[in-house]
Amino acid sequence: MTERDTLIRLLPMVGAEPEVLDDERVAHLVGLGHRIVSRRSVPGLDLDLKETPDAIVGTMIVRAGVQLAQPVHLCFGLAHPTGLQNIHLDLVVEEQASASVLSHCLFPVARAAQHRMRATVHLGPGASLTYSEGHYHGPHGGMQVVPQASITVGKGARYRSDFSLLSGSVGELAIDYAVEVEEDGIAELTAKLFGHGTDRIAVKEAVVLRGVRSRGLIKTRVVLADEARAEITGITEAHERGARGHVDCLEIVQGQAWASAIPIVRVCHPDAKVTHEAAIGSVDKKELETLMARGLAPEQAIELIVRGLLR
Amino acid sequence: MASPLLRIHNLTFAVEGRTILDRLNLAIEPCEIHALLGANGSGKTTLAYLLMGCEGYRPTGGTVIFAGIDLLTLPIHERAKLGLTLAWQEPARFEGITVREYLTLGHAGGDPEWLLKLVGLDPDRYVDRLVDKTLSGGERHRIELASVLAMKPKLAILDEPAAGIDMLSIHQIIEVIRALKAQGSAVLLITHQEEVATIADAASQLCNGHIVCTGSPSLVIERFRGRTCVRCDGEACGYDRT
Repeated sequence: MTERDTLIRLLPMVGAEPEVLDDERVAHLVGLGHRIVSRRSVPGLDLDLKETPDAIVGTMIVRAGVQLAQPVHLCFGLAHPTGLQNIHLDLVVEEQASASVLSHCLFPVARAAQHRMRATVHLGPGASLTYSEGHYHGPHGGMQVVPQASITVGKGARYRSDFSLLSGSVGELAIDYAVEVEEDGIAELTAKLFGHGTDRIAVKEAVVLRGVRSRGLIKTRVVLADEARAEITGITEAHERGARGHVDCLEIVQGQAWASAIPIVRVCHPDAKVTHEAAIGSVDKKELETLMARGLAPEQAIELIVRGLLR
Repeated sequence: MASPLLRIHNLTFAVEGRTILDRLNLAIEPCEIHALLGANGSGKTTLAYLLMGCEGYRPTGGTVIFAGIDLLTLPIHERAKLGLTLAWQEPARFEGITVREYLTLGHAGGDPEWLLKLVGLDPDRYVDRLVDKTLSGGERHRIELASVLAMKPKLAILDEPAAGIDMLSIHQIIEVIRALKAQGSAVLLITHQEEVATIADAASQLCNGHIVCTGSPSLVIERFRGRTCVRCDGEACGYDRT
């Protein structure tokens, strides 16, 4: 089995099927370490990424007015226990274009490995991008993942991201996303994480609502068990009339786990509004008792609540 | 004579020296709809939580025998497995759990589409929705009733099942309660709404943590409406209907 096959046969761990990479209607890129082992583009999409000794580097551009019918699959990973993967990606969705990107990050045997993503994302006026990122880091907890992204959402554009790491061990994860939203733009950032063992999770997401009537939502769901730790920081600033933002963080802590949630809200205009809610604790008592009153044992009820929360 | 399905004897519950339930006695027969009326703060919901075994609700005295078994020693899920369940006055909301999943929890249950129709919700619109805060209070109440129906309990405790339901739809809630009885369930029906209470086979009035009257629904409703109470002379029963 080739290294490529080793990686893509694990796509179901992040909710995708390997066969999708054989579909000629679907654009994809598979990056193994700093090598690009497979790629395909489709009309309206410029997928210009290159191998360098230190990183996979390049741009991905969805041309103006193009509506990509199928999601673009980006598959990154390492097939060895050790190693480093750097990705430097500039992603542009031009005016009135729309696309969906499914990014699969697979490190199935990592014991002392790193994955670093440095991305810029720009959405032109009226553009739309959904960026879903699913991670699987294997069972050993030996992965260090550092995704950083700087995102600008143009006038009337819509950006939605969804980061999930729900099976295997996290290892160390440090997300740092910053989003600027212009007039009538919308940014929705969701992160769902399950940490256990000695996992260490740090999520910092910042949304700056620069434009009139811009809107932002940061939603984080974290479940921690054993001795896992998480520090979640959600920042929303509203600078213009009609800007609306919300920060919503919920963490369930079990065993000896430890969690913190830091919502930071700033409002710089009298007609703007930012709200936040943060809750850390055990499973909600009323939810638990309701499910038990339907006959579920406590452990079944907790499993269902946690599964729902991270869905 | 057969034993009642539920027999509560001298049930007492106090918190920080304040007695909430005071030597309460009540019996419910199989397949009986028993309405429980009482002013705010009279102890109705406390009784429901005690019977279900919710955290923080442990009686300070008395016994509860359900289907011949001492209920008070059991955790919630074991009470549920015996055939007891509770529909909360303010039902919980669950992120990521669909109505279909909720109506097929841990039991054989019925067909979710059929259950939704029974509670007056369009299955096509609701079966794949989440049981979360996007549902209105009335919608959530109906789904809670459907969930209770699906469980086919021996005894369902319904705490204000028509709360948040518009007047035009109350008849649907009444039909659900009748459907519970028709499938063989008894119902302890906690309600403020006389229209709902009238469908009961029997009723009791709770005042200051004590059952002060048990009889036909019409008798108990009349006494409740007239603020007639042998225990408090109507002072505590002065339910504010405005």
